Amino acid sequence: MRAFSHHKGVVAPMDRSNVDTDLIIPKQFLKSIKRTGFGPNLFDALRYLDEGRPDQDCSQRPLNPDFFLNQPRYRDASVLLARRNFGCGSSREHAPWALDDYGFRVIIAPSFADIFYNNCFKNGLLPIVLDEETVDKLFAEVAEQEGYQIEVDLPAQEVVTPSGERFSFEVDPFRKHCLVNGLDDIGVTLEDSDAIKSYEAARRQSAPWLFDAITHS
Amino acid sequence: MAGKTLYDKLWDDHLVKQRDDGSALIYIDRHLLHEVTSPQAFEGLRLAGRRPWRLDANLATPDHNVPTTDRARGIDGIVDPVSRIQVETLDRNCDEFGILEFKIKDQRQGIVHVIGPEQGATLPGMTIVCGDSHTSTHGAFGTLAHGIGTSEVEHVLATQCLVQKKMKNMLVKVNGKLGPYVTGKDVVLAIIGKIGTAGGTGYAIEFGGEAIRNLSMEARMTICNMSIEAGARVGMVAVDDTTINYVKGRPYAPKGEQWEAAVAAWKDLHSDADAEFDKVVELDAADIKPQVTWGTSPEMVAGVDGQVPDPGQEADPIKREGIVRALQYMGLKPNMPISEIQLDRVFIGSCTNSRIEDLREAAAVVKGRKVSPTLKQAMVVPGSGLVKAQAEQEGLDRIFIEAGLEWRDPGCSMCLAMNADKLGQGEHCASTSNRNFEGRQGFGGRTHLVSPAMAAAAAIAGHFTDVREFVH
Ligand code: SF4
Repeated sequence: MRAFSHHKGVVAPMDRSNVDTDLIIPKQFLKSIKRTGFGPNLFDALRYLDEGRPDQDCSQRPLNPDFFLNQPRYRDASVLLARRNFGCGSSREHAPWALDDYGFRVIIAPSFADIFYNNCFKNGLLPIVLDEETVDKLFAEVAEQEGYQIEVDLPAQEVVTPSGERFSFEVDPFRKHCLVNGLDDIGVTLEDSDAIKSYEAARRQSAPWLFDAITHS
Repeated sequence: MAGKTLYDKLWDDHLVKQRDDGSALIYIDRHLLHEVTSPQAFEGLRLAGRRPWRLDANLATPDHNVPTTDRARGIDGIVDPVSRIQVETLDRNCDEFGILEFKIKDQRQGIVHVIGPEQGATLPGMTIVCGDSHTSTHGAFGTLAHGIGTSEVEHVLATQCLVQKKMKNMLVKVNGKLGPYVTGKDVVLAIIGKIGTAGGTGYAIEFGGEAIRNLSMEARMTICNMSIEAGARVGMVAVDDTTINYVKGRPYAPKGEQWEAAVAAWKDLHSDADAEFDKVVELDAADIKPQVTWGTSPEMVAGVDGQVPDPGQEADPIKREGIVRALQYMGLKPNMPISEIQLDRVFIGSCTNSRIEDLREAAAVVKGRKVSPTLKQAMVVPGSGLVKAQAEQEGLDRIFIEAGLEWRDPGCSMCLAMNADKLGQGEHCASTSNRNFEGRQGFGGRTHLVSPAMAAAAAIAGHFTDVREFVH
């Protein structure tokens, strides 16, 4: 996995709450069997005026001029500023894949849906929870100042604004460790193979019906 | 010390290792797979040269992309080449790695959350995961069941474990008795209306109270299924005789002496009387009416006798903005009675409501009546090949067809419209599925979530109508 420790980038504001995973990447694009290439279809239904289909050349499609990512000032953004309950809905990892493929590295919101939040970490994307008041303030500052950039320092768990204001954020130590070091967490888990095997052996004794039923029938 | 909740017990039973940083390794008993979220996980295994840890924990089936007509042709019946590749990829991966799969032509094929319980692959006390957020469905059996992303699908395949942090405990108690024609779907929509789509975030929800205890397994599955729409990855119901009677005799359920031992163990799968919950929410069953969603989030819901809200009355600016946007997308006016919403299509199906009991409820309403000529389409999609066969044995297919509803083959179908079944732009659909997000059932489509009985009544009337009055 790609490591994440520090990042500085332009902030783009998505000013709506409950942004669901169907909105982030509509289902017609989930048919791919790859992990990459979802970026052009990020927020597809909002970003383009026509109906999106797989195998289209997105550069030829009519853009929705009102959508924030189509405004030149936000086009190269790598930090997404969002509202409450971002990423609700399905467990599709295509949502963080699409955000990542577009070029986002950090998402800031007052709250995230659980599965989406978790999926971000698996893909080198950092979701940051800041309180509602701070997020409101950032929205206002971003609107005011073109090219507004923030700096994210994951080891220090801090977000720094252009004026030098600092906000600290919480992150689970295991997730942080994996992200900072770019660790493959399957590898980390397999270091505990013996513990898994001994759990399994004990469970076979206490609840034998949980084993073999499917392969033996 | 306080007693344990059901969630605490399931967690403790599956704890492989508690790490110092607060994370834990949790053992996974059952892993369900489908074609959309697994290809990249198998590819990851292959690239790393890894094998599945334990084959007999896995069960796979294609459901999202399968067509609901012309199934005799099997894979050749999938018109969209990209959908077809995805289904073929699942077949190839399962064959290569040795995972049991109910393929497209197998009568046991169906929506992954329907077939697990149907086969007895879902057993009380298990941890169950699947690359699909509605895995919470299986919690109806007193299991710890939740959706995972594709990276975690790969993690479970490779290690049989997940790295987890313990969630908080929430009890949602539905007291008293439900009125006639008020179903599990109405209960869960009412709960989401009350706590909101983020109300359960960070919690494992246990549903309890007299009304839940009196529900069938099908209705409990409907409720747990939509826990995720309340923000909770996990929803569950304690084990009782209803659970055990449902599991008994299923193909993969334990038999003989093992059955006796299992039942004895399952009797403990309930929260202790003195267990403490971090949050308790109570509802009175008698207050719950048949529910209809009017907006683009499941919390945007009202009783069938209610009205579309007026954003002008909403104090919270973020919510007001959300209502304005939803009404615009849905093409509805503030204060409009729910019963005046005209429909273009009706969809009865999905992992929320496509089990035999759901189909019986819908059939009872349409029996001897005709679908409104103002509708473009009304369709019934059973949750599995076995549900379909059972329904046909009971003559439900005849009832639907005579009333003018289409009788289809099993799959996710119009729940998310990855196959050929979808809404046209601007069309209103009464749907028994679980998500009314923008574009969920087709580009520009407008979804209203309801119970099967309400969808059936709406199909006849052409607009929403209170099924309690309709049947009399
Ligand atoms: S029926 Fe709908 S919600 Fe259920 S698994 Fe299929 S697509 Fe997902």
